[in-house]
Amino acid sequence: MATAAKKAPAKAKSDSKSPSAPVTPKPVEFTKDQDLNAYREMLLIRRFEEKAGQLYGMGFIGGFCHLYIGQEAVVTGLQMSLIEGDQMITAYRDHGHMLAMGLSARGVMAELTGRRGGLSKGKGGSMHMFSKEKHFYGGHGIVGAQVSLGTGLAFANRYRENPNVSVTYFGDGAANQGQVYESFNMAALWKLPVIYVIENNRYAMGTAVTRASAETDFSQRGVSFKIPGIKVDGMDVRAVKAAGDLATEWCRSGNGPIILEMETYRYRGHSMSDPAKYRSKDEVQKMRSEHDPIEQVKARLIAKKWASEDDLKAVDKDVRDIVADAADFAQTDPEPDASELWTDILI
Amino acid sequence: MPIEILMPALSPTMEEGNLSKWLKNEGDKVVAGDVIAEIETDKATMEVEAVDEGTLARIVVPAGTEGVKVNALIAVLAADGEDMTRAAEGAGEEAPAKAAAPAAAPAPAKSEAAAPVAAAPRTEVAADPDIPAGTEMVSMTVREALRDAMAEEMRRDADVFVMGEEVAEYQGAYKITQGLLQEFGPRRVVDTPITEHGFAGVGVGAAMAGLKPIVEFMTFNFAMQAIDQIVNSAAKTLYMSGGQMGAPIVFRGPSGAAARVAAQHSQCYAAWYSHIPGLKVVMPYSAADAKGLLKAAIRDPNPVIFLENEILYGHHFDVPKMDDFVLPIGKARIHKPGKDVTIVSFGIGMTYAIKAEAELAAMGIDAEIIDLRTIRPLDFDTIIASVKKTNRLVVVEEGFPQSSVGDFVANQVSQRAFDHLDAPVITIAGKDVPMPYAANLEKLALPNVAEVVEAVKAVTYR
Ligand SMILES: Cc1ncc(C[n+]2csc(CCOP(=O)(O)OP(=O)(O)O)c2C)c(N)n1
Ligand SMILES: [Mg+2]
Repeated sequence: MATAAKKAPAKAKSDSKSPSAPVTPKPVEFTKDQDLNAYREMLLIRRFEEKAGQLYGMGFIGGFCHLYIGQEAVVTGLQMSLIEGDQMITAYRDHGHMLAMGLSARGVMAELTGRRGGLSKGKGGSMHMFSKEKHFYGGHGIVGAQVSLGTGLAFANRYRENPNVSVTYFGDGAANQGQVYESFNMAALWKLPVIYVIENNRYAMGTAVTRASAETDFSQRGVSFKIPGIKVDGMDVRAVKAAGDLATEWCRSGNGPIILEMETYRYRGHSMSDPAKYRSKDEVQKMRSEHDPIEQVKARLIAKKWASEDDLKAVDKDVRDIVADAADFAQTDPEPDASELWTDILI
Repeated sequence: MPIEILMPALSPTMEEGNLSKWLKNEGDKVVAGDVIAEIETDKATMEVEAVDEGTLARIVVPAGTEGVKVNALIAVLAADGEDMTRAAEGAGEEAPAKAAAPAAAPAPAKSEAAAPVAAAPRTEVAADPDIPAGTEMVSMTVREALRDAMAEEMRRDADVFVMGEEVAEYQGAYKITQGLLQEFGPRRVVDTPITEHGFAGVGVGAAMAGLKPIVEFMTFNFAMQAIDQIVNSAAKTLYMSGGQMGAPIVFRGPSGAAARVAAQHSQCYAAWYSHIPGLKVVMPYSAADAKGLLKAAIRDPNPVIFLENEILYGHHFDVPKMDDFVLPIGKARIHKPGKDVTIVSFGIGMTYAIKAEAELAAMGIDAEIIDLRTIRPLDFDTIIASVKKTNRLVVVEEGFPQSSVGDFVANQVSQRAFDHLDAPVITIAGKDVPMPYAANLEKLALPNVAEVVEAVKAVTYR
């Protein structure tokens, strides 16, 4: 290698530019506006998901419904580092991702109830939603499938030589699927601009990570492919934002893929029908009371006197109104026309 | 306004449940997130969390009530500052009507969203010649029958083991492996990571080495990740090795549509696997067939694809009480004899055939229903004998129409019994579209009883 490098200086130069491995950055300091925004965004996701759970219980939402409650900081923080054109793709726990991308609460909720005003015209449902306009590529029901797809989005960016990155989310459980590593290899080989965001919420359905993974440090899952990875406190939106800044910069500078392991937690069962007997109530309670992403921002806003309790109540009211409006719409919007059964199969 | 608490739906296929316990008493304060009650479904015990704040004014459905329909009024909450007695009384006026007629509960979507196929009516089922006359029968669900089949075979043969996602500690995503970990331990009941392609291959390798794995796919939709190992390794090794080694393995799990789980989770794999030489494909409808055929599949020295159905898991059937009840793979069962038309179906398709038969009987059409039970090898002797008698054939299934099981049956019958047909064979299948999520579209995508009745009328020229 060394001699080859001497003979080909142009190459040697780009080799020597190879940056040192990134380390977990310190949480960024938020401005008042950033903190207020983060508070509002996360609260919107939480209230939306609470309402979705309620509508499921009433039978307005059917099938599987996976709530994102507890994990709000991950998508909210990362979204703050993105630029127009960056793509996002994830699995079935996708409502929060769509809201964070700025998709309307009405459109998401109506998709959950299978109505014509839903983002997929009611044909996709909770697990399968997309928005071409916002570069949201789904919404995937097959564990791990989105990882290769997200790598393909990055391939397109490289192909077109645009500055965009593909933010590819998957779970700790999905991280064991074979196609993840096939994708890692190609992404590293071809230096594709993809941020692999592993949302480690400690469980894949009823299986704790220690029962399913030989290596539980997910940030190191790219080592064999020379993909750097860092662990991030996924309950702290500022830590997530810092990691997002680092990762987007890494990808946009042509360094290829990077892994962000987000240490996070889901408060609810895997889906609505999961009794969650595999973990203790204390464990859940401890996360809620000590690490809640929304409470952290709230405490900061109050401590810095950037907002009063009343100000925050007003935000909550606003958010509740948005969600109530979305729920009303999702319950009254008509079902798709019967003719839609036969559309969108082929062009 | 008092807040009504309704019986929640907790899973895609739940229609009713038992209200096992109240954790709050009348008069107790409740905040959102408090667990107020426990509900038991056939799969699990679930907690009901309050979504609103207030005081529990009245418990309408007492603890211990069984079969409470989804959306029935179960309690009344007085909002903060509201008079509790007034709240309790106010809601009480409409409560009886609501509780009695949950279909009228304030959730219009629900009636449409209910599981697409309810239990088939109980018609007189023809005796199975493989069950000795006079055998005592016990009623059990398909879920229990499958569990018992595995447990019996595991007791019988130390080389049999189960592996799959959530099969051990979680007791099965659909509770089919309930109790197996407790009886057989973690060596023989193995939780895998979510790595279908990998563990299917591990299973095939273990089978090549002489073990007898039962590989559970949480659903067969996820077996598409693993289909290469099933088709290229499991199905072909015996042939490629000139008969030296094969794979005595069972791949089992639910296949087909459940309820509202949409395109990626709603496919029937009967036709897919039936295409492959080197595989056997079994798809039972009743609990007795599920039990007798799963035991046969585990003993079979070949790879067997065993296709179950999530909606049928909770259905009750009579199962013979025998020490060792094993049914032959490759043999169809005449579910109901008749003389005017033959309706061939399998798996959940049987529910449409059975309901249609009842309507046809009322019109004076005497239909014979054949349950294929095994899709590969397919029992043409039984079908052709029936067609020789009725001269008319309709095939019913939920899978996609092109190259369906029905297509193959129709093709073979027209080649082997053309002279006996008085009408073209009609095949009823799911529509030629990915499964939509919306309740109304899902209903349209699935076959329905009226289509079967119409098809029978067409082939009988009525
Ligand atoms: C290929 C495949 N296998 C199994 C499933 C069933 N399943 C759905 S979600 C899930 C757990 C995934 O856990 P994880 O990746 O950690 O994501 P989380 O649900 O925690 O967000 C499983 C097993 C599936 N949808 N697809
Ligand atoms: Mg997880």
